[in-house]
Amino acid sequence: MELLLASAVGVLTAAGVYLVLRQRTFPVIVGTAFLSYAVNVFLFASGRLAVQQPPVLNDAAAAYTDPLPQALVLTAIVISFGMTAVVVMVALGAYLSSEDDHIDDRPETGDEGAQS
Amino acid sequence: MSLFLIVALPFLGALLPGLMIRAGRQACGMVTFLVTLTAFLGLMTHLPAVMAGETVTARLDWMPSLGLNFNLFVDGLGLFFASLILGIGLLIITYARFYLSREDNMGEFYTYLLLFQGAMVGIVLCDNILMLLIFWELTSLSSFLLIGYWKHLPEGRQGARMALAVTGAGGLAMIGGMMLLGNIAGSYDLTVILQHRDEIQASPYYMPALILILLGCFTKSAQFPFHFWLPHAMAAPTPVSAYLHSATMVKAGIFLMARLWPVLSGTDAWFILVTGAGLVTMVIGAIVALFKNDLKALLAFSTVSHLGLITMLLGTGTPFGAMAAVFHILNHATFKAALFMSAGIIDHEAGTRDITLLGGLRRLMPVTFVIATIASLSMAGIPFLNGFLSKEMMLEETTHTTLFGNPMLVPVLATIGALFSAAYSFRYIVHTFLGPERDDYPGHPHDPGVGMWGPPALLVILVIAIGIAPFLAEPLVKTVTAAVLGGTAELPDAHLKIWHGVTPALWMSVIAVAGGIILLLMFKPLSRAWAAAGPPFAKAIFDAIIAMLVAIAQAVTGRLHDGSLTRYAAIFTVTVFAVTAHAWFSGGVGLPSRDALPIEPVPMTAWILLVTATAVLLRYHRNRFLALILMGVVGLVVSMAFAYLSAPDLALTQLSVEVVTIILLLLALNFLPRYTPVESTAGRRLRDGVISIGAGVGAAALIYTMMLRDFVEPSISAYHLENSYKGGGGTNVVNVILVDFRGFDTFGEIIVLGIAALIIYAITEALLSGPVRARLLNRPTEDVAGDAHPMMMVVVTRVMMPVVLMVGVYIFLRGHNEPGGGFIAGLVVAIGVVMQYMASGYSWASARQRYPFHGIIGTGVLVAGLTGIGAWFFGAEFLTSSFGYFRIPPFEEFELATAMGFDLGVFLCVVGAVMLSLESFSRLARRSDTEVNEYAMDIDPSRDDAPQPTGKEG
Repeated sequence: MELLLASAVGVLTAAGVYLVLRQRTFPVIVGTAFLSYAVNVFLFASGRLAVQQPPVLNDAAAAYTDPLPQALVLTAIVISFGMTAVVVMVALGAYLSSEDDHIDDRPETGDEGAQS
Repeated sequence: MSLFLIVALPFLGALLPGLMIRAGRQACGMVTFLVTLTAFLGLMTHLPAVMAGETVTARLDWMPSLGLNFNLFVDGLGLFFASLILGIGLLIITYARFYLSREDNMGEFYTYLLLFQGAMVGIVLCDNILMLLIFWELTSLSSFLLIGYWKHLPEGRQGARMALAVTGAGGLAMIGGMMLLGNIAGSYDLTVILQHRDEIQASPYYMPALILILLGCFTKSAQFPFHFWLPHAMAAPTPVSAYLHSATMVKAGIFLMARLWPVLSGTDAWFILVTGAGLVTMVIGAIVALFKNDLKALLAFSTVSHLGLITMLLGTGTPFGAMAAVFHILNHATFKAALFMSAGIIDHEAGTRDITLLGGLRRLMPVTFVIATIASLSMAGIPFLNGFLSKEMMLEETTHTTLFGNPMLVPVLATIGALFSAAYSFRYIVHTFLGPERDDYPGHPHDPGVGMWGPPALLVILVIAIGIAPFLAEPLVKTVTAAVLGGTAELPDAHLKIWHGVTPALWMSVIAVAGGIILLLMFKPLSRAWAAAGPPFAKAIFDAIIAMLVAIAQAVTGRLHDGSLTRYAAIFTVTVFAVTAHAWFSGGVGLPSRDALPIEPVPMTAWILLVTATAVLLRYHRNRFLALILMGVVGLVVSMAFAYLSAPDLALTQLSVEVVTIILLLLALNFLPRYTPVESTAGRRLRDGVISIGAGVGAAALIYTMMLRDFVEPSISAYHLENSYKGGGGTNVVNVILVDFRGFDTFGEIIVLGIAALIIYAITEALLSGPVRARLLNRPTEDVAGDAHPMMMVVVTRVMMPVVLMVGVYIFLRGHNEPGGGFIAGLVVAIGVVMQYMASGYSWASARQRYPFHGIIGTGVLVAGLTGIGAWFFGAEFLTSSFGYFRIPPFEEFELATAMGFDLGVFLCVVGAVMLSLESFSRLARRSDTEVNEYAMDIDPSRDDAPQPTGKEG
C-alpha cells in the first residue's frame, strides 16, 4: 500500500512540475492543482497509513490513525481552493486585458538556449 | 515615575501633534512641550536616587527564553543623557514653534520629533542590548524623517537618504557586534554584560565584536571616514540640526562607547581604533570647518571635530579621559545647541546663512550677537566659559597619551585641532557680526521674538554658569563618570576648576587661541589656497560607491529575475532537488521499522486509474477541456484514497472542493482559448520532463522512506486523541483539532479564504470597469448551447435544494462527533446554491439571493471571532472552548459546545467565500446579445408566450 501511495505522489508531483513549466496560464494552473494534490497526500501520509482506524473516538476501536495531519490537510485543501481561484482570476484578468496568456514577461522565443 | 512610562511617553505623545494641529499651531506646540515636560519631570523624580549612586531598574520579561527582556535601568550615565535629550528637546520644541513657517506642517514635524525623542530615550535607558538595537534603528529611521522633513528640497531628500544609508549600514554592523557580545557574556542584559570584562576581552570574538560595534558607533557619531553624512544632513530645518547634532543622534554613538567602556576599553585595539579615529576626525573636521561659508556647514564640521575630541578622550581608556569626555559632552551640548539656534535665527531673519553675504549684524541683531558670541567663545576655549574647562582637561589628557610610541603625536595634533577650532569660532563671530553694516542682505535682519532667542539664551546662561562656577557641575560629572567607569577603575580625584596653575595644557591653550587669531587674520589667502587645493569631497566618493552597488545589484537581479516565471520554477525545482539529494546521500536513514500494509485489489484499481488519467492528461493536456475532466478523475481518486485510509473528513472535503474547483475552472475556460498551442521545442520538453521526473522520484522516495519508519519523537497526536473528548467535548478528533486545539490557526485560515474571495471580487470589478468590459460584452457567440437553462436541470436542482440544505445542516451538526463540520457543510451548501445559478441563470438566482456574499464572509469571521472573545468573559484565553450536556424533554440529551459557534463562523465564511468567487467569475460571462432570463426556465409550460426581451444587458 505504501508503495502505491508513494508512487502516486511521485506521479502527481512529476505531472504537476511538468505542467507548471509550460508557457501558457491554463496548463500552469492545472499543474499547481496537481502539485496541491501531491502535497496534500504527502502531508497526510506523514501521519503514516492506517486502514479502518478513523480518528473518531469509539469504545470499540482498538487504535486510531494520526488525526493531526488530517486536520492540517483539511484546511490546506480549502485554502488551496482559495489560492487556485485567485490565480485563475489573475490569469483571466491578464488574458482579458492583453489577449495573451503567456506566463512569461518577455517575448517567448521557444529557444532552448534562451530558456536555460 | 515608572521608567516604562518615561520611554513610552514620547511615543504615545507622537500621536497627539497630528491631531492637535487642527486646534492651531499654538496648541500643537503646547501639547508637544507638555508631553516632553512630563517625561522630563518624571525622569527628574529619579535624580536624588541616582545622585546618591543608586541604579533604578524596571523589569519586564518578554521572551526570556531568547534573552529578550524589556528591561530598563537608569544610572548616572543614562540619567545624564536622558535629561540632555529631554531638556534640550524642550528648548528645541519651543524654538521650532516660532521657527517653522505657516507652510510647514507642524503636526508632522512634532510627530517625527517625538518619535525620535522616544527612540533616543529608549537607547539611553535600555538594559537589554536587543531592545537597544531596536531603538538604535528607530533613531536612524526617525532621523531620516526629520532630516528629509522639507520634502520639496532635493538636498533634504539626498541628505536624509545618505544619513540613513550610512547610519543604517552601521546599525547592521552593530547588530552583529552586539550579538557576539551577548554570546560571549551569556546574556543580552547590559548590566550583566558589564560585569564580564575579563571574559569578553579574553574571548577570540572580542576583536570582531569590537570592530562591528565601533562601526555602528562611528557611523552614528560621524567619525572619520564616515563623517560626511553629517554636513549633508544640514539640509534639515535648523531645529532638527540643533537637536540631532548637539545633544542627541550623533551622541548616541558616543553614549554607547561610554556605556560599553567598562568591558571594551583598555585594550590596545580599543586605544588605537578609538583614539586614532577620534584624533583624525577632530583635526580634519576643524580644518574643513574653517573654510565653510555656510554657517550651518561650519557648525556641522565643528560638530564632527568635537565628536572626534570626545571619541579620542574615551579611547585613551583612562578614568581622567572618561571624566573629561563626560564633561565635554555636557559643554558641547549646551554651546553647540545655542550656536545652531543662533544660525537658524540669522538664516530666518537675514534671509541667508552664507557667511560671505553677512557681516555687520552686530547692531542690527544685538541679542543674537551676544548669544552667538558667548557660545562661540566657549567653543573656542576662552576662559570663564565652559568650553575652556573641558578643553583644558582634554589637552591635559593628551600630554599623558602616547600613540605609536610617540609622546608628541597626540598633543601636537590636539593642539592643531584646538587651533583650528579657535579659528572657526572666531570666524563665526567676526565674519557674521563684526565689520561694516551692509545694505544688500537678502532679508531685513532684526532680532526675533523671545520664543526664538529665549531657548539659546537659556543655554548660554548655563555656558557662563558652568564656566565661572565649575564646582556646580562637579557632582553630576562625577556621578556620570562613575557610571561610565562601572566600577572597573577608581574615580579620578581631580576637580573641575578654572585655574590649574601653569601647566603644559595652559600653554597649548594659549598657542591654540593665539594661532586661531593669526589664522583668521590670514583667512583670505588661506581660503584661496584651500579652494585651489580642491580637497576631495566625500559626497562624490559616496555617490560613486552607491552607483557601483546599484550597478552590481541590477546586474545580479537582472540575471536572476529576467521576467520568465517558468525559468524561476525550473531553477527552484532543480535547486530543491540538488539540496535534498545532497541531504539524502550524505545523511543516514535507519532501517524500516514498520510493516507495509498489504496491497488490496481496490486500491490497486484506483492507482491504475490515477496513473492512467495523469498519463493521458500529460499526453493531451493541450486539449484544455479534456484536461479538466481528467483532473476531476484524479481528484476523485484522491478523495477515495482519503476515505480508504481512515480519513473520512478529508474525503468529504476533497470531494466537495473538487466539485467547486472544476466549476470554477470551467467558468474560466469559458474565456480562455480552448487549446494550448505547441510552442516549446522537443529539447525543452525533454528538459522539463527530466526536471519533473527528478522531482517526482524525489517526492516518492522521500514519502516512501518516511512511511515505513516510526516517528523519531512521539508526536503530539496522542495528546489530541486523549483530550479530544475530555477537553473539547467531541469525538471527531479532526474537527476538535480544527475548532478547538488549533482554533486560532483555523481562524486565520478562514480570514485568508475570505480575503482571497474579496481579491477575486475586486479584480472582477476592476475588469468590468475597464476596457475589458466592452470586449467581453461583444464576444462572438460561437458554440453556445441552444438550451441555456434546461428544464430538467432546473426542476431537479430546485427539488434538491431543500435536501442539500438539510444535508448541509446535518453535516454541520454532527461534525463535532462524526465526520463533518463547518468546512464540509459550507462547501456542500455552496454547491447547492451554485447549482441554482447554473440551472436557472445568474439573474434569476441573484435576484433571489438576499444576503450579499461579502456580508456572509464578514459575519462568519465576526461570529468566529466573537465566540473566541466570549471566552474572555469567563477569564479564559481567546478561543478557549466550553461545552455542556442539556436535556429538553421530550428530546434526548444533547450537547452544546461553544466550539459550535466557532464552527458556524467557519461555515458562513466558507459559503460566502466560495460563492463570492464563483459569482464573480460568472459576472464576467454575461454578454450583450443574450437576453436576461426573467424566468427560471427557457420553456415554461404554464406560460403562453416566450419571455419578452427586457432589454440588453449593459
